[in-house]
Amino acid sequence: MAKITFIDPAGEQRTVQAEPGSTVMEAAIRNDIPGIDAECGGACSCATCHVYVDEQWTEKVGGPEPMEEDMLDFAYDVRPTSRLSCQIKITPELDGLVVSTPERQG
Amino acid sequence: MTETIKTDVVIVGAGPVGLFAVFELGLLDIRAHVVDILDRPGGQCAELYPEKPIYDIPALPVVTGQQLTDNLLEQIKPFQPTFHFSEMVTGLERLPDDRFLLSTNGGERFDTKVVVIAAGGGSFQPKRPPIPGVEAFEGKSVHYAVRRMEAFRGRHVLIVGGGDSALDWTLNLAPLAARVTLLHRRDAFRAAPDSVNKMRALVDAGVIDLTLGQAVELIGENGVLEAVRVKRDDGSTHEIAADDMLPFFGLTMKLGPIADWGLQLNENLVPVDTEKFETTTPGIFAIGDINAYPGKLKLILSGFHEAALMAQAAARRIDPERRIVFQYTTSSSNLQKKLGVA
Ligand SMILES: Cc1cc2nc3c(=O)[nH]c(=O)nc-3n(C[C@H](O)[C@H](O)[C@H](O)COP(=O)(O)OP(=O)(O)OC[C@H]3O[C@@H](n4cnc5c(N)ncnc54)[C@H](O)[C@@H]3O)c2cc1C
Repeated sequence: MAKITFIDPAGEQRTVQAEPGSTVMEAAIRNDIPGIDAECGGACSCATCHVYVDEQWTEKVGGPEPMEEDMLDFAYDVRPTSRLSCQIKITPELDGLVVSTPERQG
Repeated sequence: MTETIKTDVVIVGAGPVGLFAVFELGLLDIRAHVVDILDRPGGQCAELYPEKPIYDIPALPVVTGQQLTDNLLEQIKPFQPTFHFSEMVTGLERLPDDRFLLSTNGGERFDTKVVVIAAGGGSFQPKRPPIPGVEAFEGKSVHYAVRRMEAFRGRHVLIVGGGDSALDWTLNLAPLAARVTLLHRRDAFRAAPDSVNKMRALVDAGVIDLTLGQAVELIGENGVLEAVRVKRDDGSTHEIAADDMLPFFGLTMKLGPIADWGLQLNENLVPVDTEKFETTTPGIFAIGDINAYPGKLKLILSGFHEAALMAQAAARRIDPERRIVFQYTTSSSNLQKKLGVA
């Protein structure tokens, strides 16, 4: 299992256990993390599971693929650390990952 | 206004389920009119995930959203449905003789015996851009579609987005507007490469402006826009003067006018029985993602089944005297004749 911490815009932290092989979005939905809508269910077809990856983790997590970049065009307040959480696969190396949720989803 | 079309069935929605309903009705000799607000068939499959694989269509181990749509169109061809695209069904009224009058925003009218609501998650509509307070400017200075290009003559127009709509309107309005500025989050565009090249040529020639960043605030009063505040990647902001803004942030599904048709609704879904998939109003059926019943799964597969049973009940309503004989397409020469294969 890998630990993932979600920080909401008010600064509140929630840490959940996630299964390697699943996605950060799935971990959020399974644990009722507020601020992740995931309307399309993880098909990279909307932009409602947008998160900011903590600066310490951006290198390990990597950047978005072109298709994900296209979807990010529809998100709110996109930053260089923006990712769609349905496209971040959890690996043992991501144990401890910290992401923040935006003020609103697109 | 065009003449009212008299028919047996109107299907609201050309998603996969509406398309398959054409097939099931066709086997029972019923021809359908199909209306969709989109400019082409396929609903969510064509609009949201044309290139993504679907793995749970029976007997098709893998098929993309667009392939499924194309296959359905091929399958229903013998039944010659009449499509009415880019039309939203806005009105549904009961007529005295147990028929229904459907009307569209484009002025089309249908006098029909049966209505099949296959509206999925609702009509596709432009997505509101994620800018706080944008509602106040809608209709006056913020427009999601261009109805009349002339309205933008001599104006400072800010177009936001990186897809085909944004680029097409940038190119079309450039000769007319006082100045067109295209605003996009990044220097890469989803639009057709040809449009992107044309846009870049206009920028190089000094005819239009291209700005990279995200709109974060609209400045103006009483819905009249003066400028748009734009945030760059480094967090700094600046203002772009604009009379009008045209944001293109894709489409989203909204229930829309169906809410006003006097149907019973349950959390934006239309309750139906599971024998006929008929609503509480006899003659109005609901199939696919739009309906609700105990155990409902929002799957294409379920919608196909619903279409088959709905068609049986619709046929009985259209001709109560008719005896419907159960037949297989494999062995019935009668069905094969209809399919054009006998
Ligand atoms: C990313 C993604 C992946 C999916 N993957 C699968 C999968 O693997 N397997 C599966 O079975 N399902 C999948 N689905 C769900 C599947 O796409 C839906 O179940 C299916 O599209 C429902 O079909 P439908 O015909 O009922 O409605 P829709 O496809 O939603 O089509 C409804 C149509 O009706 C139109 N409409 C609505 N109201 C009006 C009106 N008033 N006037 C005019 N037009 C109107 C809309 O514009 C729309 O085109 C997926 C969905 C998404 C978003």
